[in-house]
Amino acid sequence: MAIEYLGLKEVNGPLVVLEGVQNAAFDEIVEFTVGGDEKKLGRIIEAYEDKAVIQVFEGTEGMSLVNTSTRLTGRPMEIPLSGEILGRTFDGIGRPIDGLGPIVAKVRRDVNGLPLNPCRREYPRNYINTGISAIDGLTTLIRGQKLPIFSGNGLPHDQLAAQIVRQANLGAGADQSRFGIVFAAMGVQHDVADFFRRTFEESGVSDHVTMFLNLANDPVVERLITPRAALTAAEYLAFEKHMHILVVMTDITSYCEAMREVSSSKGEIPSRKGYPGYLYSDLASLYERAGIVAGQEGSVTQIPILTMPNDDITHPIPDLTGYITEGQIVLDRSLDGAGIYPPISILPSLSRLMKDGIGEGYTREDHQSVANQLFSSYAKVNDARSLASVIGEDELSDTDKKYLEFGRHFEDEFIGQGMEENRTVIETLDLGWKLLGILPRTELDRIDGKILDKYYRPYEED
Amino acid sequence: MSNASGTIFGINGPVVYLKNAPDFQMGEMVYVGKERLVGEVISLKGDTTSIQVYEETSGMKPGEPVVGTGSAISVTLGPGILNNIYDGIERPLEKIAETSGKFITRGIVAPALDEDKLWDVTMKVQEGDVIHGGQIIAECPETASIVHRSMMTPLIPTATVKSVQPDGKYTVKDTLMTVELPDGTTKDLTLAQKWPIRTPRPAVQRMASAEPLVTGQRVLDTVFPIARGGTAAIPGGFGTGKTMTQHSIAKFSNANVIIYIGCGERGNEMTEVLEDFSKLEDPQTGNKLMARTALIANTSNMPVAAREASIYTGVTLAEYYRDMGYDVAIMADSTSRWAEALRELSGRMEEMPAEEGFPAYLASRLSAFYERAGQMRVLSGNVGSVSIIGAVSPQGGDFSEPVTMNTKRFVRCFWGLDKALAYARHYPAINWMQSYSEYVGNLAKWYNDNVDPKFVAERTRLVAILHAEDKLMETVKLLGSDVLPDDQKLTLEIARVIRLGFLQQNAFHPDDQNVPLKKQFFMMDTILYLYDKARKLVAMGHPMAVLKSENVFEKVIAMKYDVPNDKLEMFDDYKKMIDDFYDHVIEKNA
Repeated sequence: MAIEYLGLKEVNGPLVVLEGVQNAAFDEIVEFTVGGDEKKLGRIIEAYEDKAVIQVFEGTEGMSLVNTSTRLTGRPMEIPLSGEILGRTFDGIGRPIDGLGPIVAKVRRDVNGLPLNPCRREYPRNYINTGISAIDGLTTLIRGQKLPIFSGNGLPHDQLAAQIVRQANLGAGADQSRFGIVFAAMGVQHDVADFFRRTFEESGVSDHVTMFLNLANDPVVERLITPRAALTAAEYLAFEKHMHILVVMTDITSYCEAMREVSSSKGEIPSRKGYPGYLYSDLASLYERAGIVAGQEGSVTQIPILTMPNDDITHPIPDLTGYITEGQIVLDRSLDGAGIYPPISILPSLSRLMKDGIGEGYTREDHQSVANQLFSSYAKVNDARSLASVIGEDELSDTDKKYLEFGRHFEDEFIGQGMEENRTVIETLDLGWKLLGILPRTELDRIDGKILDKYYRPYEED
Repeated sequence: MSNASGTIFGINGPVVYLKNAPDFQMGEMVYVGKERLVGEVISLKGDTTSIQVYEETSGMKPGEPVVGTGSAISVTLGPGILNNIYDGIERPLEKIAETSGKFITRGIVAPALDEDKLWDVTMKVQEGDVIHGGQIIAECPETASIVHRSMMTPLIPTATVKSVQPDGKYTVKDTLMTVELPDGTTKDLTLAQKWPIRTPRPAVQRMASAEPLVTGQRVLDTVFPIARGGTAAIPGGFGTGKTMTQHSIAKFSNANVIIYIGCGERGNEMTEVLEDFSKLEDPQTGNKLMARTALIANTSNMPVAAREASIYTGVTLAEYYRDMGYDVAIMADSTSRWAEALRELSGRMEEMPAEEGFPAYLASRLSAFYERAGQMRVLSGNVGSVSIIGAVSPQGGDFSEPVTMNTKRFVRCFWGLDKALAYARHYPAINWMQSYSEYVGNLAKWYNDNVDPKFVAERTRLVAILHAEDKLMETVKLLGSDVLPDDQKLTLEIARVIRLGFLQQNAFHPDDQNVPLKKQFFMMDTILYLYDKARKLVAMGHPMAVLKSENVFEKVIAMKYDVPNDKLEMFDDYKKMIDDFYDHVIEKNA
C-alpha cells in the first residue's frame, strides 16, 4: 500500500513542493487528491532526500497547503496503447475524451521514449507525394523525415497541413491501410482543432487518425506531455504495428512557451529570450523521434507546425528547430498578401533528405537539376526586383526583364495552386521546365548540357 | 586504498548531488545509482559534491549509492577503434544494439574494443630493450587502410623489457610483454591502453606545419587552405551546408584517419555517414572509407552530459592515432551543441552565467580543445598531426554570438557560411568576403614546390577580383550594371565565371565532388588567362556585349564538368580556344 502524504510545503505557479517525502524517484508520476475528491497528476522534476519538487499537469488552482494529499505511483509517465487507438481522441496526457471508454491496453509505454540507436536506423529514401508543387518539386518530403512548417499568425499553415494530410500517399501500389496519422494539438484554439477534425472526417481518413488535444484553455503543464504522448503512440503504431505514420504537431510555439513558463517558475537561469538553456535538447527529444528502423516496415514522419513570433525566423524557436529538423517549409506573408496559396517562400525552404530520395529510380532524372535551377533563377528574380524598384522596370536589361516575367509566372503557376489541386510529381517537373523556358538557355547554369538538350524548350504562351 | 562512496542526496536532470562525501576527486569517474550509470564529478563545494551523469536519470531515487572508481573518466585505446561507431563515452553502439535492440536503454556495459577478436601482431621490441613511454611496442593491421601501432603508455617514462611473446595472434586483453620499471615493479603490456579524455596526450615538440590538408574542395584548398595540424571553424545558420562541407572533407581529404564527432546532431545524419562510408571508396587507398574512420555519435536526443564528453573522447582518439605517426582530421559537428551542453550543466549547477547564459569558462574550454590540434613530433619519433574542423551553429545565424566569437579567437581558418548563397543554392556556401585563412603564408612554399610556382600569385589575383566585384556590386545595386564602363563590366563577368565555374562545386557530380590540386590550379589559370585576353580586347575598345556574344565565358564555366580529373592536358585546348576567341573578336570587329 502506497503512502499518502498530507499537505504541501509550497505552491508556486504550476509547481508544488512536498516535504518529508521518502523514496521519490526523479521523473516519477504522482497523484494528488485535492479537497477529498478532485484528482490531479503531477511529475517529480527535482528529487531530494527530504523533499520533492512536483509539476502539476492540470494546474494548481484549488490546491492549498492543507487540502491536498499526494501519492507516489512509482512509475514514470506512461500511456496505455493498443492497435485500437486509431480513430480515437485523447486529451493532452492521453486520457480518452471521445466518450468511447478507456483503451484496453496491450502495453503501457513511457512517454519520454528512448533514443533510437543510429546503427539501427535506416536512412530515409522514399519520397511522399503531397501533390503540392512547391513541396514535391523543391522541398520533397521523405518518409521518416521531420519537416516543419514555419509560419506566422494568420497564415494558412493549417490549410496546408490539412492538404498534405489529404493528399499524401505512399506512392502507387502501396497498401493505404498501412498509412495512419497522429495529430497533436498543443495550445491551439478550439476551432483549429475542429478544422482538423472536420478535414479528417471529410477526407474519410478519420478511422486512421489518433488525436491528442491540448487546447488553448487547457493547463500548460499538460502541454509538455502532449507531443510526447502523441509520439509514443506514433512509435508504437510504426515500429510495433508496422504502419507508416505521419505526425502533425501544432503549435510548437505554444509548447515552447509552456516550457518557458514552467522553467521560470522553477527559478532556472534563462538563456535567450527567457527560454531555458535546454530548449534545444528538449525540442530534439521530440523531433528526433522521427525515423525508420532498419530491416522493418513502418516509419514516423513528422510535420511540426510553428508560428514564428513576429515572423522572425531568427527567434529561438524556429532557429533551434531548424538546427534539428531536416529542412523547413517557410510560409511568407507577402506571398499570402498577393493571394498566392500555398504562400511557400521557396528560398529559405529546404529539404535536407531530398537529394537521396529523388532523381532516377525515385522521381525523374532531371529532378535535382530542375530544383537547383528554379532556386537559383528565383534568387535572381529578387535581385532584378530590387533593382527595378530603384531604377524602374523600363531601365532593366532584357535579361532582367525576362527574370521578372519568369518570377511572375513562377509565383502564380508553380507555387500557387488550388487547395484541392493534386499534381503528380511529373506534372510539377514539366511545369518547372515550361517556366524555365521563359529564360534564355544561357541563363540556365545549374543544368548539365545533356539534360538541357532533352528537356529545355523556349516558352510558348498557351 | 578503497574508493570513495556516498549516497544520492538530490537529483536535478543530469546533475546529481551528494552531501558529506569528501573522498571524491574532481573529474573522477563514478557509478551512480542501482543501475550503475556512468558519471563524473564536476564540482566539490563545501559539503556538496555534484556529479554529471552520462545517461538519463529518470526513476533514480535519493538514497541510492554512488561509487567512485579512483580514476578520471577515460577511454580505451587500441585496435578496433576504426570502422566503428561509439557513443559520447566510447561505448560501441553496434554492441549496444545487440543487447538492447533498436532503442538505447540505460546502464548497458559494453567494452569499447572487441575483446574476442584476434589481431595479427608483430612485436617491435626485444627482450632487454630499454623502452620509453610512447614508444611503439607492437604492430597489427587494424583495417585494410591502417596499421595499428600500439605503444607503451606515456604514463610510464621508461622501462626495461623482461619478456616478449612471439609474433602471433592476440586479443586486446592478452599480455604481449612484461616490462620492469625503474622502481623494480613489473607491468604487463597489451595492445590497448587507457587514457583520461580531458588530458592532452604528450608529444615531444609542436612543429610549424608547412603542408596543406588537401580536401578536394576548390574554395578551401585554393582560396582558404588549412594546414595539417591546423584548426578551422565552419559557422553557419541552419541549412547553409555545415554538415555537407564536413562530409565532403571527411570523404575526400588526404588525412590518414578521420574521427567524425556527431555532437548533438541528427540521428539520420549519423546513419547516412555510416551507410555512405561503408560503401564509398577512400580516394587515397581505394579501400572503404570506414576503414580509416571512427564515428562518435551523440545525437541531439541522447544524454546531454555525454555530449559534453564526446568532443574530448574524439580528440583523445585522434591524438592516439597521431602518436602512431598518422595525419588525423577531426570533424566536430557541432561545437555549438557542445557549448550548449556546457551551458545546460552550468545552469543546473546554478553557476553565475556570463554572456547569453553561457558559463564564463566557455572561452577557456574552447581554446583548450582547439589547442589539442597541431602537427607534432610524437614520442615514438614519428611526425603526426591532428587537424580540427569544427562546425559552429550560431543562434539565428548571427556570427556575433559567444560561441562563434570565441571560436574565432582560437582558430586560424574561418569558413563562414552564408545564408544568401545557400538560398541561391551556391554550394559550398562559403562567403569569400567573410572567410579567411592564416595558413596561406605557411603553405606558400609547398604550393610553389608541389603544384605550380604561379599558384600563390594567381590565388591572390583571384581573391582581388572577387573583392573588386563586391565593391562594384554596391554601384550595380543602385544603378544597374549598364552604367558601368566596359573594364568594370569585364571584372563583373570574370567574377561571375569564378563564382560559378570555380567556387561553386557540385557534391553530387562524380568529377566535381573531389578535385585534385593540379586541376584546381589549371582551372584558376584558365580563368585568369581569359581575363587577361579579354582585358586586352576591352582596352582596344571592343565592347563587352561583343565579347559576351562569343559564348567563351560559358565554356570556361563548364570546364569543371567538361574536363575529367585525369585529362588535365585538355586545359591546353582551353587556352587555344581563348586565343581563337581573341583573334576572332579582333578579326570580326577590325
